[in-house]
Amino acid sequence: MSGLVGVPYHEVRPRLGRDLSCRELVEVYLGAIEAQDGSVRAYLTVTADQARQEAEALDRRLASGEPLPPLAGMPVALKDNLCTRGVRTTCGSRILEPFVPPYDATAVRRLREAGAVVLGKTNLDEFAMGSSTENSGFGPTRNPWSLEHVPGGSSGGSAAAVAAGEAVAALGSDTGGSIRQPASLCGIVGLKPTYGRVSRYGLVAFASSLDQIGPMTLDVRDCALVLQAISGRDPHDSTSVDVPVPDFLASLEGGVRGVRVGLPAEFFGEGLDPQVREAVLRAVRVLESLGAVVEEVALPTLEYALPTYYLIACAEASSNLARYDGVAYGSRSRRAEDLYTLYARTRAEGFGPEVKRRIMLGTFALSAGYYEGFYKKAQQVRTLVRRDFDRCFQRVDVLATPTSPVAGFRLGERTADPLQMYLADVYTIPVNLAGLPGVSVPCGFADGLPVGLQLVGRPFDEATLLRVAYAYEQATEWHRARAPVLRS
Amino acid sequence: MRITPEVVERVARLSRLELTEQEREAFSAQLDSILQYFARLDRLPTEGVEPTSHAIPVTNVFREDTVTPSLPREEVAAMAPESYEGYVVVPRVLEAEA
Repeated sequence: MSGLVGVPYHEVRPRLGRDLSCRELVEVYLGAIEAQDGSVRAYLTVTADQARQEAEALDRRLASGEPLPPLAGMPVALKDNLCTRGVRTTCGSRILEPFVPPYDATAVRRLREAGAVVLGKTNLDEFAMGSSTENSGFGPTRNPWSLEHVPGGSSGGSAAAVAAGEAVAALGSDTGGSIRQPASLCGIVGLKPTYGRVSRYGLVAFASSLDQIGPMTLDVRDCALVLQAISGRDPHDSTSVDVPVPDFLASLEGGVRGVRVGLPAEFFGEGLDPQVREAVLRAVRVLESLGAVVEEVALPTLEYALPTYYLIACAEASSNLARYDGVAYGSRSRRAEDLYTLYARTRAEGFGPEVKRRIMLGTFALSAGYYEGFYKKAQQVRTLVRRDFDRCFQRVDVLATPTSPVAGFRLGERTADPLQMYLADVYTIPVNLAGLPGVSVPCGFADGLPVGLQLVGRPFDEATLLRVAYAYEQATEWHRARAPVLRS
Repeated sequence: MRITPEVVERVARLSRLELTEQEREAFSAQLDSILQYFARLDRLPTEGVEPTSHAIPVTNVFREDTVTPSLPREEVAAMAPESYEGYVVVPRVLEAEA
């Protein structure tokens, strides 16, 4: 039975209701968590009893002849910034340590309705602010490929859980790369949908104009399955867009013949690890051999995207995080003397250093005298970044780039210098500024650590992204590689 | 613009964050180097460029104004660090009269 761990859901599914029950499948994954999570530390909360009950309820429905829902018995993990009714949702922050939401996020509700079984809540950089999961208020997660290395972030717990066989799929959130970069570092598939494709209701807000929820899976077909389940307009999120959700599985096998793939030269310049560069260019040659037409394109604003992103994201965060004041929920300082010290001490005790840094950066950028020079300037550059992408997509259908400039880094290697950490997201950030869909798929190794290929598409054209990613995956074996922790 | 410990203190007050002396020093050096890096934006001319606040153009989303059940009051009140008979308790807001 343990041979089921690390097998994509779509391969296991035909056995459900035959020689395998949902309860047995869930039990296998709970066993993997039990065996390994002491060293990987992907989870903050494991909801084993609830998962068993939900799986048994599904088995009863199947036994009574009900049709199998699309994700029946899929053992999933949720990033701990997604609200779960009755289950603690910490955001990796001490300030939300006692927070038990009274409702499910829409994406979580939709997953459950599709039959998925939630195993627990995964670790993240506090309030999704970070690129290594080292900023968690509850200790770091480790990369299943090498426990001395970070899993990436901020959805590092979700990525590590899938890579370590502690969940078959997970949800993450991506504000500047937080799904794609950890997916790349952990050797799995991670997709950030178009802004507005998936409801953000119940996702604890970091930067509201950039945040999106998306799937993290072992392969592209599972990714399409999960995306199908969570997509679509939701009255609870007025920024979720009322556009048709196509059948992502139906178009998966269309191939890439004649698909135009753009290589933005700026993404292959200074700062890119030569081994990563080689792996990504090799992947592009595979697409070419499958019939794709490759051409070079330009994204000259790339070097301005990073500061633009941090100014906008921090400004929005400084406003969003004002709600953590120790009044209505979360933790409260015991040293409050009056209302001001109640706020200031609750926040001083509850937030970690990176969150404080970003709140102050955002407050500064929005403050009188600096607003025009920083915040408004960043919003204008955001327009220019979007125009660069628009120009590219007049000529090509998708862009191919590295997901991360390096395959990985060691725990502690970048914590002393915030700017070095910010540079980990240099290739993923522009995609969020423009609101576009992007996916990272495994495309090789550098010094034993996984490398990811990033594909970026037109707004609401996840179908083409998945089709190209699937064609690449079918032509290669990288998605079948499993972390050492899973092979033992 | 240099980010001195005094600037950090002013911003921290606006942000409702009580900082220690060490934090003030560390943040002032870090924010200073981050903002210097960010100043590269000045090299890019943006005169007359419309600012983007949202990547996907969505405006004026309407819905019917219908009454639906809200979250149970007891459950919501139970989340507060301190509550009394369904109310949230905080320190005195207005100064007591002398």
